[in-house]
Amino acid sequence: MAVNIISESSCRVAIVGGGTSGLALAAELKRLNVGSVVVLEREPISGGIPRHCGHYPFGIHEYRRLMKGPEYARKNSDVATKLRAIIRTGTTVTALRPGGTLEITTHAGRELLHADRVVLCTGVRESSRAQRFIGGDRPYGVISTGALQSMAYLQNIRPFRNPVIFGSELVSFSAIQTCSHVGIKPIALVEEEDRVRVRSLLSPYLIAKRVPLHTGIRHPKIVGRETVEALEFTDKNGDHRRIETDGIIISGRFRPEAALLRASHLDVDSGTGGPVVDQTGRCSDPAYFATGNILRPAETSAFCWQEGVDTAARVANDLQAPSPHTPKVVSVSHDDPAIRFVVPQRIDTSLPPYGMAHFYLGLAEEVRGVLEARSDGILIWEKSIRSRPVRRLQFSLSEIVKPPAADDITFTLRRLG
Amino acid sequence: MQCDTFDIAIIGAGVVGCAMARRFTLDGARVVVIEKALDVLEGASKGNSAILHTGFDAPPGSLEQACIAAGYKEYLEIAQEMSLPILKSGALVLAWSSDQMAQLPKLIEKAHTNGVTNVANLSREEILRREPNLSPALIGGFEVPGEYLIDPWGTAHAYVLQAIANGATLMRNAEVLDGDFEGTSWSLKTTQGDVRANHVINCTGLYGDIVDERLIGSKKFTITPRKGQFVVFDKPASKLVSSIVLPVPTKTTKGVVICRTIFGNLLVGPTAEDQDSRTDASTSRGALLDLHAKGVKMVPELSQYEVTTAYAGLRPAAEFSDYQIKHDSERRYVTVGGIRSTGLSSSLGIAQHVSELLQNSGTQFRAVSSPVIPTPERLSEYHERDWQCPGGESIICHCELVTKREIERVLDGPMPPATLAGLKRRTRVTMGRCQGFYCTGGLAALTEGRLVRPMGSRNGS
Repeated sequence: MAVNIISESSCRVAIVGGGTSGLALAAELKRLNVGSVVVLEREPISGGIPRHCGHYPFGIHEYRRLMKGPEYARKNSDVATKLRAIIRTGTTVTALRPGGTLEITTHAGRELLHADRVVLCTGVRESSRAQRFIGGDRPYGVISTGALQSMAYLQNIRPFRNPVIFGSELVSFSAIQTCSHVGIKPIALVEEEDRVRVRSLLSPYLIAKRVPLHTGIRHPKIVGRETVEALEFTDKNGDHRRIETDGIIISGRFRPEAALLRASHLDVDSGTGGPVVDQTGRCSDPAYFATGNILRPAETSAFCWQEGVDTAARVANDLQAPSPHTPKVVSVSHDDPAIRFVVPQRIDTSLPPYGMAHFYLGLAEEVRGVLEARSDGILIWEKSIRSRPVRRLQFSLSEIVKPPAADDITFTLRRLG
Repeated sequence: MQCDTFDIAIIGAGVVGCAMARRFTLDGARVVVIEKALDVLEGASKGNSAILHTGFDAPPGSLEQACIAAGYKEYLEIAQEMSLPILKSGALVLAWSSDQMAQLPKLIEKAHTNGVTNVANLSREEILRREPNLSPALIGGFEVPGEYLIDPWGTAHAYVLQAIANGATLMRNAEVLDGDFEGTSWSLKTTQGDVRANHVINCTGLYGDIVDERLIGSKKFTITPRKGQFVVFDKPASKLVSSIVLPVPTKTTKGVVICRTIFGNLLVGPTAEDQDSRTDASTSRGALLDLHAKGVKMVPELSQYEVTTAYAGLRPAAEFSDYQIKHDSERRYVTVGGIRSTGLSSSLGIAQHVSELLQNSGTQFRAVSSPVIPTPERLSEYHERDWQCPGGESIICHCELVTKREIERVLDGPMPPATLAGLKRRTRVTMGRCQGFYCTGGLAALTEGRLVRPMGSRNGS
């Protein structure tokens, strides 16, 4: 539907999403003198999720300084702006067209932007209650941590007084801190898995904050006609429990914000929910790259910032490449249900070695065993692992993909005991 | 509230009450609509499958079939001038077992008896050619070309907004507690004061029998709500199936449907669960997972797509298979009850029918000669949306591409929402895949002081 297009323009690199990775990428591209760089940000202010994380710790790796989220978001924006990257806020990309053309909507109307390269930096969001199949009534007051943060830190509005936090990931801490900021007292934290997902840190914190913890809950059910009245569940002893509460914070279980991608011509990896990329972050259309949390759920700001910086060099290299090269692609897959995803999903061995240094693996469950990489059924690499699902798992790419490379690599697991 | 007398008091602002209000207002009556909830469409009309049915499988000769046929016809007549979005997707009724296959000839014959004459048998190959993402496990089926996707809320809003624009009064948060027929008119006692009207039409859906007992001291039917749960898949999944995919219906339900919605999603549901509660529209994990699995079984590719939301609707089923529309001309009272799952398709037809009942008993009005037609919000993914037009200010809800202009228009409009739920139905804000992750903060600020039930309170206040 190409109606009402009011203008067209072009640029060297267009970045979709002005969050941490997008801004770091923009700044670094300008440092590398690639030409015009335009960041397209749909919110009124750039900076991304750290904008509404009004707590520490941000910025230590990037700026050698301890900052809260909003300051960090401003810093990222300021650096990119100072280097003359153009940040267009209130600008929504509504479609990705083959070859690097973006359909854009602003308050003024619709336009087209032609870019030599487009980098998708649209980040992640938390899974909703429906995506987690949490049943019950549908009253007002069931919100994600992100939504709570945007209400609390950006608007100083409090949706409830005594919520239950659902989930036990790093972001669940954020939820507790956000609550304190606006005088909300969480009355319980519940987790469906048998143990908290970030055990070492969260449990003492909960004790300090006097938030009761319930793990291994089953059959969660939200109760309430107009607003939330209770959360009911079966506890790990099999007893029916009811916690009177006026709100539920559905935290964690991040997933890439990949709606644009899914509606586009680009290949999507069902494991990550993000794009299929090679080790340079290039998507199935060579005009498109991706970096940051859209690649996989979900990493810290510092990690994404570094990914943005690293991707800049790869995009700059690609822009300077003399002619279209003939890719030699090794496809990467996994065939154990405990492995959720592997990034990158393809390796182009014809490219110079400036790509990602590591394979990044995501697990679906806690694993003890030996991770194997096989090519044509032949074992080419192995390593014993013992890990929980939310931990960062990275393995040297150059140790696994050695010349002469095969056509495919498959990761599998050999379980122990 | 009003000291003068209305011609018609309609109790209940579900889709039937809204259509009734439009009909009688256009007929020339002075209409008041009395709704118990804070907003219209808070009961059975809140959750349905958003399809305009031909009524091909309704019991031949029934009032239900007649009302669906008449409602369907009028809907298609007024859709364009009232800017009601419609998408002719057609339906396929599919058999997945030999038992179901054996039912097909009877169903086709029934459709033809009901005047839906373009229903025709299709071969398995033809079905799979048209819908290549359907599981090859299907055996056969037939097509019902005349089924449409519509906006279940925008439609009812358009009805009641047209009534309001032409002089009707809408009372919300007004429960009818009691009433007396005083020889020529009714005096209704509501939580918002007394209302006087010459005729009362009970369109209270899930509460039809209770309101009858309250007002006329007896009931002719008992409502046994039947819950239907639905799973809504994200918009990219809508490309998997173009037709409305219906199973072979059984006695209690049409079975699990897979269809697109006019908003661009893909819907799987409903379940059919009889229950006593008239308020419990809760979902359950077991049922949702089961629906998800059924969807994947019929459209295997669906396993690759994410879920956007889930909901449940309550159908006001009674012990009778047909609608229970009873006119007591002595007491100038009409009960419209037992409108089970077809109310969205039949509501205009029901309104015509009730209008005729009153006319036949000598009640005459002078029809409005050139009625005002309000412009509804344009929420269909398959038609031009507000964001595609210049000057939308900014996009507030990124998933559903809802502009600030649209939200402001609704908040300042003739029937502003009282709750976030009402704002959602009017604009689709927060109804997308992120379910409010990105826009809740901005929305809370934008709606501050403008909803009866606010999204939050200022810290420190």
